[in-house]
Amino acid sequence: MNVTVKLFATFRFGRFAAATRHYPPSTSIGEVIRELQIPDTEISMIMVNGRHAAPDQQLRDGDSLAFFPLVAGG
Amino acid sequence: MNKILRVDMTSLSTTTEPVPKEWACLGGRALTSTIVAKEVKPTCHPLGADNKLVFAPGLLSGTTAANSGRFSAGAKSPLTGTIKESNAGGLAAQMFGRLGIKALIIEGLPAGDNWYSLHVNKDGVSVAVETELIGQGNFAVVEALEKRLGKKTGVLTIGPAGEMKLLAANISVKDSDSKLRSHGRGGLGAVMGSKRIKFISIDDRDAPGIKPVDKETFTAAARVFAKALLEHPGTGQGLPTFGTAEMVNIVNEAGGLPTRNFTYGRYEGHEKISGETMRETIIERGGKPRHGCQPGCIIQCSQVYNDKNGTYVTSGFEYETIETLGANACLGDLDQIAAADYIMDDIGIDSIETSVAIGVAMEAGVLPFGDGEGVLRILREEIGRGTPLGRIIGNGTGNVGKAYGVTRVPVVKNQAIPAYDPRAIKGIGITYATSTMGADHTMGYAVATNLMGVGGGIVDPLKKDGQVELSRHLQIATVMLDSLGLCLFIGFPAADIPTCVPALMDMLNACFGLKLTPDWLGELGVTTLKTERAFNLAAGFTNKDDRLPDFFREPLVPHNAVWDFTDEEIDAFWNF
Repeated sequence: MNVTVKLFATFRFGRFAAATRHYPPSTSIGEVIRELQIPDTEISMIMVNGRHAAPDQQLRDGDSLAFFPLVAGG
Repeated sequence: MNKILRVDMTSLSTTTEPVPKEWACLGGRALTSTIVAKEVKPTCHPLGADNKLVFAPGLLSGTTAANSGRFSAGAKSPLTGTIKESNAGGLAAQMFGRLGIKALIIEGLPAGDNWYSLHVNKDGVSVAVETELIGQGNFAVVEALEKRLGKKTGVLTIGPAGEMKLLAANISVKDSDSKLRSHGRGGLGAVMGSKRIKFISIDDRDAPGIKPVDKETFTAAARVFAKALLEHPGTGQGLPTFGTAEMVNIVNEAGGLPTRNFTYGRYEGHEKISGETMRETIIERGGKPRHGCQPGCIIQCSQVYNDKNGTYVTSGFEYETIETLGANACLGDLDQIAAADYIMDDIGIDSIETSVAIGVAMEAGVLPFGDGEGVLRILREEIGRGTPLGRIIGNGTGNVGKAYGVTRVPVVKNQAIPAYDPRAIKGIGITYATSTMGADHTMGYAVATNLMGVGGGIVDPLKKDGQVELSRHLQIATVMLDSLGLCLFIGFPAADIPTCVPALMDMLNACFGLKLTPDWLGELGVTTLKTERAFNLAAGFTNKDDRLPDFFREPLVPHNAVWDFTDEEIDAFWNF
């Protein structure tokens, strides 16, 4: 299945901003995090299709997955 | 801090008074709001003789505590008709603190057409007639005063917008680079203009300074406090790296990025105006991605933004300005937004109120959405010169809506809603509705908890659950920060790092020889909010003013979120 993975702020350093990536069906968000080697403790917000999600959630074809470190102020 | 300076502009006389006992433990917003509530008739005309303009440094301003240099300005707001406190960085708070000045109270109105200036130094405050700088922009005022009075002179100034008493006029504060920070919201520049004061200069030579009663404990606590700020990923990493514009992509992803005058929750050009893009652009052009708004700032969320040729354009380039021009007015171009930011600083007008007002003007067809050159022209040639169109826009979002018959007018108590759509980030909507100041994200920044879980976990931004309690908690906590002279962002480590608040209390107690507790500080927040609310009720406001505009009942893409709080649910905010 195809999932659009979007990285923000410091997560882009040495990685990418946005990419469509292929995963086996039922891949969980946690598996994507491990694949991208983002330390769990640095993730403050995960969104799937613009809504908060947890690492154990399974992804679906066409999902848009976004990871943010803690950046808190405006 | 042991004195109150008072200026009567009617008689052009000044006095220095001792600090009344009941004001001894107050500073910043707690003090300005207490003074305004006690001395200003709530029903008075904000630009008339009965209004007073009050400046106060925070309790810790002038000490070596990190990020303690915020300066509070208070009055009855001509924009909202409510009580108002607006705080800013720059040099003034620390200079006032070191001079031992608890507050400067300006009252009355002068007869005749003269303009005046005030000068504050170790001996008090004096009034003088000013002729040379009338009509000048804020940058020219700062430059001229540095020549006239010396490079180190502190400055508070109004631009042409304040002289014209436009309701969105701000008061600018000189910073350590001779650039500007702003008391932006609520039209306090118009109050200063009504009193015909062009600028206030500050000389802190031979100031007594603040000597902590227990220096050793103070210094140790200040170190723990600073460490907490640097340890928190928000204040230690995110803000210094990307500035507040880091919020563009986050709020866009969450579907709450006001776009095309609050019609959509996402903007297709968000990457062009994001913190990530801004950082790359700044570095590429030799600007500074990190910069402090006040000496002693260790967060450094400000920046110096240069143009393509490497020439300075603006600093203190904030998310709210970038968003409301970039996405909400669809400019989508950081260079144009930066140029607009500079002009707004120079003419002395609030960049949030004005940018949101421009979005409404675009909906009215005054200029097309995305017309960046048109925006720059309106700022320079219409608002800057006080043409009829300039005065309509310069009098704020609500007035643009009325003048052109627009119904999508994002204001609460006539103050523009900033860069977070309350339908998709509901906690901040409760703050907009209930704040004693009109719509203002800084009065209870629920965005950080709604989106990022700051302070103990995410409160789902799309649901109503817990939002009223969250906003109440944050509004009380914000009064505490605003009263100590602390940057709003101290709220993040204060919420998440256990050593932060105890260190804060230790600094306060060691500095002044007190035995205050966190409960005392919480009570200060509650009392101040209630004092402000009582002023507004006496001015004629009711619960019915704590509401968002009707159009927020329309669904917002991408989540089709609507503002669905009942009146009773909102009114429960005041049950404390």
